[in-house]
Amino acid sequence: MSTDRIEKKILLRAPRSRVWRAIASPEEFGTWFGAKLEGAFEPGARVLGRITIKGYENVPMEIVIDRVEPEGLFSYRWHPYAVDPKVDYSSEPMTLVEFHLAEVPGGTELTVIESGFDGVPAARRAEAIKMNTGGWEAQLRNIERHVAA
Amino acid sequence: MSPRSGASLARTAPVFAALGEDTRLAIVARLCSGGPQSIAHLTEGSDVTRQAVTKHLNVLADAGIVRGVRRGRERMWEIEPKRLDDASRWLEQLSKRWDDALGRLKRYVEGDA
Repeated sequence: MSTDRIEKKILLRAPRSRVWRAIASPEEFGTWFGAKLEGAFEPGARVLGRITIKGYENVPMEIVIDRVEPEGLFSYRWHPYAVDPKVDYSSEPMTLVEFHLAEVPGGTELTVIESGFDGVPAARRAEAIKMNTGGWEAQLRNIERHVAA
Repeated sequence: MSPRSGASLARTAPVFAALGEDTRLAIVARLCSGGPQSIAHLTEGSDVTRQAVTKHLNVLADAGIVRGVRRGRERMWEIEPKRLDDASRWLEQLSKRWDDALGRLKRYVEGDA
């Protein structure tokens, strides 16, 4: 798996126009995503809002709309998981989230791609940490040996 | 361990904040590869002062990444691996969040068909 992107594909049993509305209208997007957003989804627009998901209520959310191609592609940039009020995320690079819609028998195939994680410090650190897993195991053995001695 | 992902994500944020500084990241790397070490040992061969290392270790300890253990007259610092494991699941958790959101979208658009 690439560490720079998350990709999801899902078949939605609904017409493409319906899926497009659910994604490209701020009110409808907020309904399923779990956010209250204010502003229009237009290219270049900065849309502000608050998360409504349980456990994250009132965490501010900000997305910058990238592309709006009716019934084909909707994309925006944001700071993924920017929920720690003590951290200033504004200087960090954002990831790009794309929603690709395609008509298929039985409904609409939606592909969601979030990319650009390699530029995000938190993701880089997660990777750095992962690489160190061997190191921790050795380290645990050190502790074991030490306390057993 | 499988806490609700929300709780786990909320605990992970301070870990990343604490690791968001090169000296601290270097200290963590040294403790990972070299095992428990004293401050004197951690300061050896680096141009960071003992006071600075102590300060960084305290930030890391507050985030639950390292812990100090008294051993005789010395205080040894070691990694708290569990917290770092939580952090390494960051991308997995983001991926899971998308699964959840898309599940809600599916119910939303299919529900009113």
